[in-house]
Amino acid sequence: MSPLDDNQAAARTASGNGIRTDLKLIAEMVEPGSRVLDVGCGDGALLAFLSRQKGVDARGIELSMDGVHQCVAQGLSVIQGDAETDLKDYPPGAFDYVILSQTLQAMREPRTVLETMTRIGRRAIVSVPNFGYWRIRVQLLLTGRMPVTEKLGYQWWETPNIHFCTIKDFVVLAEEMGIRIERCMIVDRAGRVTGHAHSGLANLLGEQGVFLLRRD
Amino acid sequence: MSAPNPAAAVSGPVPAAAPAEPATMPGHRVTLGVDRPMRLDSGAELGPFEVAYQTYGALNADRSNAILICHALTGDHYVLDQHPVTGKPGWWEMLVGPGKPVDTDRYFVICSNVIGGCMGSTGPKETDPATGEPYGLGFPVITIGDMVRAQKLLVEHLGIDQLFCVIGGSMGGMQVLQWAVAYPESVFAAVPIATAARHSAQNIAFHEVGRQAIMADPDWAGGNYLLEGTRPHRGLAVARMAAHITYLSEPALHRKFGRNLQNRQTVTYGFDADFQVESYLRHQGITFVERFDANSYLYITRAMDYFDLAADYGGGTLSNAFRKDGKGTPVRFCLASFSSDWLFPTSESRAIVHALNAVAANVSFVEIRTDKGHDSFLLDEPEFHQVIRGFLDGCAEHRGLTRPSRP
Repeated sequence: MSPLDDNQAAARTASGNGIRTDLKLIAEMVEPGSRVLDVGCGDGALLAFLSRQKGVDARGIELSMDGVHQCVAQGLSVIQGDAETDLKDYPPGAFDYVILSQTLQAMREPRTVLETMTRIGRRAIVSVPNFGYWRIRVQLLLTGRMPVTEKLGYQWWETPNIHFCTIKDFVVLAEEMGIRIERCMIVDRAGRVTGHAHSGLANLLGEQGVFLLRRD
Repeated sequence: MSAPNPAAAVSGPVPAAAPAEPATMPGHRVTLGVDRPMRLDSGAELGPFEVAYQTYGALNADRSNAILICHALTGDHYVLDQHPVTGKPGWWEMLVGPGKPVDTDRYFVICSNVIGGCMGSTGPKETDPATGEPYGLGFPVITIGDMVRAQKLLVEHLGIDQLFCVIGGSMGGMQVLQWAVAYPESVFAAVPIATAARHSAQNIAFHEVGRQAIMADPDWAGGNYLLEGTRPHRGLAVARMAAHITYLSEPALHRKFGRNLQNRQTVTYGFDADFQVESYLRHQGITFVERFDANSYLYITRAMDYFDLAADYGGGTLSNAFRKDGKGTPVRFCLASFSSDWLFPTSESRAIVHALNAVAANVSFVEIRTDKGHDSFLLDEPEFHQVIRGFLDGCAEHRGLTRPSRP
């Protein structure tokens, strides 16, 4: 199962118009008619939205068989595969955008994945859950146990998320790797966009960050 | 599965005559390569030659809704018809037909018997016009490329410039890949199922066992059995038995037969078909002999052995085979494999997917979870059928094929 499968359905209804809040924000960053690869595309909600609403040449890669079956059976171009092994074949600049939504924290080597994404895509779009979000900080502080929230709904021993970061951590890593953050949206619990990536307040109030990236 | 008669072992009585063909075989037949013989990969020339084919559904006004189905090793063009020799239903009735994933209300479906075959297309059992006798081993060695070249001539003969889709499993999947690589401009979408871009050493080895079984049969008569009035039915049956094992899986065989005994309570301490699985295989061998020609089996297995897309078109690198004029192939691909297929395992399909990724081609890929082995593509696998339906629907949308209005 994709780490997304569980929280996708809930989040979709929360956003109210068919797709999850961060997916809607991602879709806004994508130019109509461009070539897009959605890594960890789940049931294909974003792919379907992009190809039908924005005329995008949309492709996907997904680990879970169920996800792939759902996607291909609705006419989407999706391959069953693992981002960490199956992205390397694509030539540089093969896509206008390579998207990774809420999955980077589940990768064994997030750094390599980011590198590959910014190689095969002219731009990359990444959304990450913010482990610096205040509710998470408070839970850890008060209970002394690993936080379990609606978005991160796993106990420590069952979570597919192995590399959590905060918004601040992500920004630092991007800088270190020479990846420019062209645009950034910090999203709060209500799905409102707030703050600036570098502000400490964003790191405290943002439940997730959506980043448009480009290799310098 | 009805239990076949254990007495009807491979050595049982089989008529010496060639397979009984009804006087008129259903379907169409066309003579191709009349003006100019077809040049084969071996360098030999073939022509004129016959291709037997069948069509279902109707071609639309702009000739954009044609789907070519490529059959597997021992298949034929009777996709939906009752088989004229065995009386069995068409081999892909589950997938093809009105309202089925390959919808004959919507698409014009073509399937031809491959050249080298024995169900109406020119092959070793047909008469060589030069000698007036059956070709036998005088028939030139053919390749998957040659089979597809003949299909291309047929498709042109039908007035179709671009096929909406080419689809097929196993050897049929090899033909699909060959189509996409040799004639990318003539294929909008390609669906290679349970197949590989090259025949593996293990698969060549299995084929060699089958061929040696046929050639070791004294009735094969150096390939001249039609003239000699004999038939190597024992060798062909053994070839089929060995091959049939590779089409299944241990779980499937176990579920069907386990170690159950056939019509007896204890083993006989002899070499009768004590086990149900033996009896089943013998039955498979015998029924195959009724409908297939031994020399055809030699030629077609050889064609599969020679198949190697990377070597033939990519200078040893598969992704280069999918490049045309410096760009990635325009063909939209959907690959499907089956998790318990050990003849064409998922890794073979994945190698093709990786090569297609390397040229940023438009590709879908699904591994279907099933324990039924290679033959799954012929069986009732709802997930597989859903994937084919969805892919074709998506492609039809991109191709601008409108849905027919149903009454």
